[in-house]
This record gives sequence, structure tokens and C-alpha cells, in this order.
Amino acid sequence: MTVPALDVDALLHDPKTTIIVCCGAGGVGKTTTAASLGVRAAQRGRRVCVLTIDPARRLAQSLGLEQLDNTPRRIESVGRDGGALFAMMLDMKRTFDEIVQQHGDPARAAQILENPLYQSLSSSFAGTQEYMAMEKLGQLHREAIDTGDWDLVIVDTPPSRSALDFLDAPARLGSFLDGRFVRILMAPAKAGGKAYMKVFGGAFTLVTSSLNKVLGAQLLNDLQTLVAGLDSVFGGFRERAEHTYALLQDPGTAFLVVAAPEPDALREATFFVERLQKDAMPLAGLVLNRVHTTEAPDVSGARAEGAAEELDELDEHALTSALLRLHADTMRVRDRERHLLTRFTGAHPDVSVVSAPALPGDVHDVHGLEQMGTALAAAASVLD
Amino acid sequence: MGNQTQTRLHVVTGKGGTGKTTVAAALALHLASGGQRVLLIEVEGRQGISQLFEVPQLPYEERKVALARGGGDVYALAIDPEDALYEYLDMYYHLGRAGKALRKVGVVEFATTVAPGVRDVLLTGKAYEATRRRHGRQYVYDAVVVDAPPTGRIGRFLNVNAEVAGLAKMGPIRRQADSIMGLLRSPRTAVHLVTLLEEMPVQETTDAVAELQSLDIPIGAVVVNQTRRPALSPRQLQDAQTGDLDSAEVAAGLKAAGLAGHAGLLDALIREAGAHAERVELEGAQRALVQALNQPVVELPWLADGVDLAGLYELSDQLGHADTEVAW
Repeated sequence: MTVPALDVDALLHDPKTTIIVCCGAGGVGKTTTAASLGVRAAQRGRRVCVLTIDPARRLAQSLGLEQLDNTPRRIESVGRDGGALFAMMLDMKRTFDEIVQQHGDPARAAQILENPLYQSLSSSFAGTQEYMAMEKLGQLHREAIDTGDWDLVIVDTPPSRSALDFLDAPARLGSFLDGRFVRILMAPAKAGGKAYMKVFGGAFTLVTSSLNKVLGAQLLNDLQTLVAGLDSVFGGFRERAEHTYALLQDPGTAFLVVAAPEPDALREATFFVERLQKDAMPLAGLVLNRVHTTEAPDVSGARAEGAAEELDELDEHALTSALLRLHADTMRVRDRERHLLTRFTGAHPDVSVVSAPALPGDVHDVHGLEQMGTALAAAASVLD
Repeated sequence: MGNQTQTRLHVVTGKGGTGKTTVAAALALHLASGGQRVLLIEVEGRQGISQLFEVPQLPYEERKVALARGGGDVYALAIDPEDALYEYLDMYYHLGRAGKALRKVGVVEFATTVAPGVRDVLLTGKAYEATRRRHGRQYVYDAVVVDAPPTGRIGRFLNVNAEVAGLAKMGPIRRQADSIMGLLRSPRTAVHLVTLLEEMPVQETTDAVAELQSLDIPIGAVVVNQTRRPALSPRQLQDAQTGDLDSAEVAAGLKAAGLAGHAGLLDALIREAGAHAERVELEGAQRALVQALNQPVVELPWLADGVDLAGLYELSDQLGHADTEVAW
């Protein structure tokens, strides 16, 4: 079976490519893939900004990302032919704080920042990251237009339960802001609001009294204060999130689904591919990391194993026998990986694939990223 | 077998790709062996448990998915936050009609999908409820195993009720949050960390150990998954790494085995041995880092053909192997 090969260089060189999103299950090398594509693009003349959500420590250090100032930093050692590489790590709380400070008067902003519920929301609660990743991606894209420092943004997605949660962020926020619950929350805490009684009838009393019972008066009050305070922030935030969502559907965006040749990771990849297609998001292809390869593919695992057994029976050439068994193991893994990939491509024959070989160690410096980029650009489809 | 310690709630975490769902499932099988009743909980909606046990997708309902060795049952539950919310409102507040009203105005959707944090409150709350549930004077489950979020999010996940307790000064939510943290910080809970002998997973495990310790949440075992025995002797490994393997001898061996005709096979085998030796060395360094964590460690073997149902039982046997230093 032939599987279309993903031409990584063509994608990186195309000036129309302005956003690349790397998504996939946890632990498949999303961040490393994003960083290596950034390095390769910058070495070949593109001006790139890599936004990473949650990088491994040593990879972050290698990119000079220890500083958490929530703005892109230029990596001076990378960039040829007019290319440049900027990188930043998302600081969720800081991004949220900045939105609050920019979209409200100072007194109101200070009030929000001090709200204990806001503090938990912005720093501790799972789920905020998705909203903030969307916000930051939009910011970086606007800055690209305003400053011209970069014209390509590469982002890896948050390590969510479902990594496409961030795609849902605008719609979720929208349905909340358009819903009735937000108006109940905004009802003046004490007045209880006869006007609201008219709108909602009995539901209003029922809902507020239930909330009171469950949350307690103080927490409900904190929630109402926060939602009322964030009122002016929400609107702009939502508008930008919707704009970013539209941007992601633009042909200038390329989604790369990253996976490893393992059943779980490929099952997740299938889920991502189907979700992206459903949302009409431009899917560029599948990046399959950590693929086991061999230079002697014509000697099958069974053959190598059989030969090793023969040598063991002769009680000779123990070293050769050990090496053949090692090869048999490699072939077994390789066969299983190819079988898994065949299942994926059988179900999704239109999805282009590119693979990167399994390396004995981790990638954690610019040189390693460069090598990985080269491998991705050089690789033909693994099934050829 | 099974419940040798007072641990009743086992939380299994690990970096993505380390096999935490597999380990959680194998642990549930092990804990159930010899006649115990164990609940295995999934919180991320991925249906990984049903895939492993080769059963249809799990609804929000506790279902028997496997028989353990020597009798004993593993039940499984995929928690759906929305259903968990209704159940919670009903159980503690008897909000029958109001529950519907809350849904109608969007409170339920807000809580389960829009508002950050609430999902984790519901998921941990359900695990807490199942752990403490009794029938008469007996616990319904001898142990509960949670296939938890990955190491990068485990602190936030398990500590969410401490945040809630900080926000709600009093009232039922505060009491519930305090009770859940009470369980999570007691010796009845153990968080097990799954890792591979690779740099990033070991680094994340190290970070998670420090984070959990700072949160006063007890750590159980570090499970090193997918370990492989070196295929070569120490001497051969050393030679393979320095490029000093006796290639004339290997060539002679290939000839004796009838493989002399394969051009390039000799070089390929030598290179594969070199890569293997490099990996064994890196694994040795990572193993030392794992040992330095001063937590009980258990190693599970790499299964060449992937983990199927038979493999799962094999791993569960390994967890209970006499040599293991871990008393689950």
C-alpha cells in the first residue's frame, strides 16, 4: 500500500504557512517535534516563533526558556539566510493577569486579581490552560503582523485530557456567555432581582437557592463578584478566541497530528484526525515519532531467531547468536509498528505520513533538534 | 493476597506513553486475586480500560470486567463528570427537580465543561465515594484503583479539594473537600508513579515525587515499566559501544548459520548492537536516578508483542511476585 508522504520542507518553506499546530496524545514528542520544526524552518530562512505549553525541563533550558516572562525570546544561535527563531513557554497565570489588566480600569482589575476564586482559577485549576493557549496563539499571530519579527508560529497543544479541548474553548465560553446562567450570576447579589424573577420565573429562585445550598453563600458571592468583574474582560476574550478559531481553519494553518507507533497513541491520533476533519481544520498529516528501523529488513525475525537457535545447538558463535536474537527483537517490534500504522492508514488513506526514527536517548539540545528536523524532512513514508 | 496494607485507594499516574493505564489495570487484577473485590476507575474518558480488558465501552456504571486469579472480581467505571454531578447533587442535597432546573439554565454545562477545576472536584469526589462506600459494615470494594491524569497534572488533580477548601470557608462544600483531602493525605491512599527508563519520564517522576511530598500526599511505589534484559554480556556491551565487537567472528557465525549471502547484514547487526549498548547504558543511569528517589521500586518486563489480556495477567503476577519489595 502506498501512503502519501508528508513533505515537511515544502510545508515549512511555503510563505503561506503561518501557523503550525502539533497535537497528539501525551508523551509522543509533540514539543520536541514543534521545536525541531522551528529550528529547521529558521535555519532555512523563516522567521519563527515556537510557543510551547509544557516543555520538558532540559529541552526548555536548551532553548533558553528558563525565564518565565511570558514573551518570546530570540535564540541567537539559530537562524540562517535571514531566518530567526524565537521561543516562549506559556505562563497561564501571567497571560490571564495581562488580559484582566488590559481590559478593565485599574481599580476593577486590582479587585479581580485579589479575588481568591480568580487566584485559584488562574493558577491552579485544570482547564484554564486551554483558554490561555488560544489567547496567546492569537496574540503571537497579531504580533507577527504588527512587528514583523516572525511570520510563522509553531505551537504544541496543552497536555489535556483531550488535546483538542482548546479548540472547544471559544464555543464553550460563548455558550456560557449567551446562556441564562451568566445572567443569574450577574444579578445583583443582594437585590435578588425582581426583574430577574420576571425573566426566569420560578427557575431563578430555584437555581439560586440550590446554588446557595451547595456552594454556600460566601462562595456563591465570590463567584458572582468574579463573574460580574470579568464581564468586560469576557467579551473581548471571547471575540479574540473566535477569531483565533477562524484563523485555525484558514489554509495558512497546518495541523500536524503527532503519534508514536503504539496502540493508545494511534487511537488518539485517529480521534484527532477525525475531529479535525469534522471541524474543517486543515490537516497537513501525521508525524510518527520513535519508529524502529533496521538496515537489514530482508532478514525476518523468524529467520534470525531460527538461525540463532541453530548456532546454539552447535554450541558455537555465541556472539552471532546474541546479535541475531537482538535483530529478531527489533524485527518483531518493527513488524508490530508497521501493522499498527497499516491499520491507521487503511482507515485514513488520505492522511500524509512522515516518520522519525527511535533514538536511544532523548533530544535536548539545538543540535539534536536539528538532527530530528533533518530526519523528518528526509524521511519517506515508513511503509514505502 | 491483595489487601496486605491499609491502603484502600491506589492512584496510578505516569507520563503519557509510560503505560499507566496498563499498570493500573494489572494492579487491579493483582489486588483482586484470591477473592477480593476491586474497582478500577477511569477519569479521562479515553476508554483505555475497556480496550485493555477487551470488553465493550464502559458506561457510567460499575461493571465487572475481569476475574482475578484464585477468584476475585475487577469492576470498572468510566466516570462521566456530568453524571457524577447529578449523582452528587442527588446524594447529598436531594436536588431532584432543582437538578433539572440547574441543567436548563446551563449550570451543569458550566460546571462540567466551561469552569476550570470543577471536573477534577467531581472526579476525585466520585473516587472518594467509591472508596468509602459500605454495605452494612463491610466496604463494598476492598480496594479502588484510579487510572489518574498524567504526572504533569497529578498534583493539581489530587490537590483540587485543598484549593476548594481554601475558597469555601464553611458549608457542605467545605466539609466535603476537607473529607476528600483527609482520605488523600492518609495512609489509606497511595500514589504509584509509572515510568520508563528514559530521561523525560524519570525527570517527571522525580518532579512528581517532590510535588506530592510537598502536598502531603503519600507515595506508594515507583513502577518501572517495559524493562528489558540486556541481550549481550557486559563485556559484549562494552565492545559494542566502542565499536570493538569481533566482526570476523560474527561473519563466521553468519556463515555457519547460512546467512552469509545477506549483504549488509553484518554491518546492520553490529550497528544494532551498538544502539542496544547505548540504550542499556542510558537505562542504567536512569535506574540509578529511580533508586535515588528512596521509594519502593518494582520493575515490569517489556512484552515483545504488546499488552493483550494474557499480558495483563502476566504483569499482574509480576506485581505480586515474591521478589518484589512492594507491599501493595
